[in-house]
Amino acid sequence: MNKIIKYAIVDILRSKLVLFYTLFLFLISMGVFELDDNVSKGLLSLLNLILFIVPLVSIIFTTIYLYNSNEFIELLVSQPIKRRTIWLSLFLGISGSLIFSFLIGAGIPILVYNQNPTGYTMVLAGCLLTAGFVSMAFLAATLTRDKAKGIGISIFMWLYFAVLFDGLVLFLLFQFADYPLEKAMVIVSSFNPIDLSRILILLKMDISALMGYTGAVFKVFFGTPTGLLVAFSLLTLWSIIPFVISLKKFRHKDL
Amino acid sequence: MIIATNLTKKFGKLTALDKVNISFNKGECVAFLGPNGSGKTTFIKCILGMVVPSSGTILFNGKNIDKDCAYRKYIGYMPQIGNYPENMTIGQIISMMKDIRQAYNAELDEELIERFELGKIMDKRMRTLSGGTRQKVSACLAFLFNASVLILDEPTAGLDPLSSEILKKKIISEKEKGKLIIITSHVLSELDDLVTQVAYMVEGKLKVHKQLETLKSETGERKLSKAIASLMQQNQL
Repeated sequence: MNKIIKYAIVDILRSKLVLFYTLFLFLISMGVFELDDNVSKGLLSLLNLILFIVPLVSIIFTTIYLYNSNEFIELLVSQPIKRRTIWLSLFLGISGSLIFSFLIGAGIPILVYNQNPTGYTMVLAGCLLTAGFVSMAFLAATLTRDKAKGIGISIFMWLYFAVLFDGLVLFLLFQFADYPLEKAMVIVSSFNPIDLSRILILLKMDISALMGYTGAVFKVFFGTPTGLLVAFSLLTLWSIIPFVISLKKFRHKDL
Repeated sequence: MIIATNLTKKFGKLTALDKVNISFNKGECVAFLGPNGSGKTTFIKCILGMVVPSSGTILFNGKNIDKDCAYRKYIGYMPQIGNYPENMTIGQIISMMKDIRQAYNAELDEELIERFELGKIMDKRMRTLSGGTRQKVSACLAFLFNASVLILDEPTAGLDPLSSEILKKKIISEKEKGKLIIITSHVLSELDDLVTQVAYMVEGKLKVHKQLETLKSETGERKLSKAIASLMQQNQL
């Protein structure tokens, strides 16, 4: 298993796209912190950029990579290696290298300028977000054999979680404005890893007051150690569940 | 050694394999014949676990291969179309395969690498290789681990006459070591001095599985190609 992880990581780290991604993250993080006098304001701008870019790159890159390594997978399947080992190694290899680029590109600047819980939360959330969207890409890639369709599915997934989901939630909020929805919002937000990360970091920044009464409910729930643990577990689940479903499909796939 | 019982594979509406029953033993060299799209490659991929059968079982050395992968260490497989990671070099692929399988097979058989003179082009990327050179790489990988079962899917397609002769000699010498060899090919003339048994498939069904000698004496022909032709004329296929 370690060998396959090794080959996947070496292969990915050599690709120019990952290098570019790392460099890009590094430049925008440094840029944001250098331009803004107020570090926490800079962190807020960076948060929005990261919540946009990290999922997008993770899911698209992984989907393309999986379709392109079809030959590699085919070669391995005819060898005495379990299919589960192959799939899991690929997952660990891809998410490992993308998390590595995130840590180099965004993690280092964040921690240099923000040696505080907010900084740590942001780095951790970024890593989990990467793993989550890599996992969704695995699911997208097993849903269809057609590369174009697979990439389409993953773009749609990203669009849903990054843009549409918030729109739908806002729509529901307005429709049911007469009812107390604050508690329901906590549950609904856990269905979106991007929202979960955003809430976690905003709460750490102590600007939840800006979010009104819902923010206060969030603070009451996610602000406690238990809530924090629940939120991080939910984020972790997002990187496990889609992958497990894809693994089930992969084990019966014809190559 | 390999026993397939009621093996069926459906791709949607298409039935690629229809209740195939067949068994292979040690020391045999089986020619797997049939028109294009008759299910030969699907059958081979079922043995390798690359295609999951819709129903039926395959036993390898008495063990069901379903949910098992260790049995594959006894198999050397040469695919019809060698698909390899495009930006790896020949050397990297060979060392990767050694790396992956080294735990299982101590003895390596590098004869084909030498005979095909792959040493000179070890640092060429797979993307830049011609079809024939890819075939050579596939052949080297199939024979590299001294596996006791060799499955060769159209081994000589795309090879030049010299290389194809080298490969044939290698197949014969491995057969003499008592290995089980399964070959699919359309070039019947070159199978004559290789095979001991013939299996013929049509539209997913196994029509004939006989010793080559029996087949020849039954049809009264000396050549495999003519024997097959005469079977076709008798409407047996």
